[in-house]
Amino acid sequence: MGSITLGHVLSLGAILFALSVIGIFLNRRNLIVLLMAIELMLLAVNLNFVAFSHYLGDMTGQVFVFFILTVAAAESAIGLAILVVLFRNRASINVEELDTLKG
Amino acid sequence: MDNQAALFYVFSAVLLIAAFRVITARSTVHAALFLVLAFFSASCIWMLLQAEFLAITLVLVYVGAVMVLFLFVVMMLDINTDQFRQNFWQHLPLAGLIGAIIAVEMALVLMSGFRVSQAAPVDPRLAEYGNTRLLGIEIYTHYLYPLQLAAVLLFVAMVAALALTLRKRKDVRAMDPGLQVRVKRSDRVRIVQMAPEVEDAAAPEAPAAESSPGQSPKGAA
Repeated sequence: MGSITLGHVLSLGAILFALSVIGIFLNRRNLIVLLMAIELMLLAVNLNFVAFSHYLGDMTGQVFVFFILTVAAAESAIGLAILVVLFRNRASINVEELDTLKG
Repeated sequence: MDNQAALFYVFSAVLLIAAFRVITARSTVHAALFLVLAFFSASCIWMLLQAEFLAITLVLVYVGAVMVLFLFVVMMLDINTDQFRQNFWQHLPLAGLIGAIIAVEMALVLMSGFRVSQAAPVDPRLAEYGNTRLLGIEIYTHYLYPLQLAAVLLFVAMVAALALTLRKRKDVRAMDPGLQVRVKRSDRVRIVQMAPEVEDAAAPEAPAAESSPGQSPKGAA
């Protein structure tokens, strides 16, 4: 238990990623919590990028985090817009009720 | 255990607890608020890793914009959360198995290497610049073109979100000022050509009154 190594931060990212995968399985009906779990996954990936950037002394990792943040913000904005339109049309966000394409 | 390591463990614990509450919270509003806490702790950890600019950006963009968007949507939609809680733990074995597999795989990789305990030595000349300026130099020299693409992507996302949620309400009686200003005299008044109507004094009165009592005698013009 000395100072923090790269492995510590990567382990934290791995646990966070595994938690959000479990969350996707548990909340498989609630579309909003699914989106939140995806945000958590992106956060775990970003944590790894920042950790590598710090311990290897390369700024490129932080540039990538910057772009991932941009894409994640766009993704959540469009995802929530689609969610609103979906709720307006179906009056439900339950994933299991979205079976219109099922034969 | 030095000061920084203690802070790292505290923030990690808060982050993991908040993430766990996000995926198990009963109410969606609570989940969103715990997600805010998770982002905040992650931002503190980034601060420990000396990525100050990205830490502040994470708080500004995520806590300030994206999570407020989430909260707005959660409160705007009238969602019955009880239907989501039925058989909530039904898929826990499968989920736990996959989560454990991910954790074990990552642990196998991480235990073998990644013992880098010291941050890479920074050139003292660069350290004077600070994280924000270094990131700016990197972005605006080597990654200028991707930066423009990211800006276009954000713009497209904004327009798409607006276009998706825009709707024309049909039950609203609204005026269009442009149409009102552009109205012409010919739209309001119509001049028709017709034959002049004259009082026909010579018309025979008695037969007309007998044949159709409802009609006025000078009906045919």
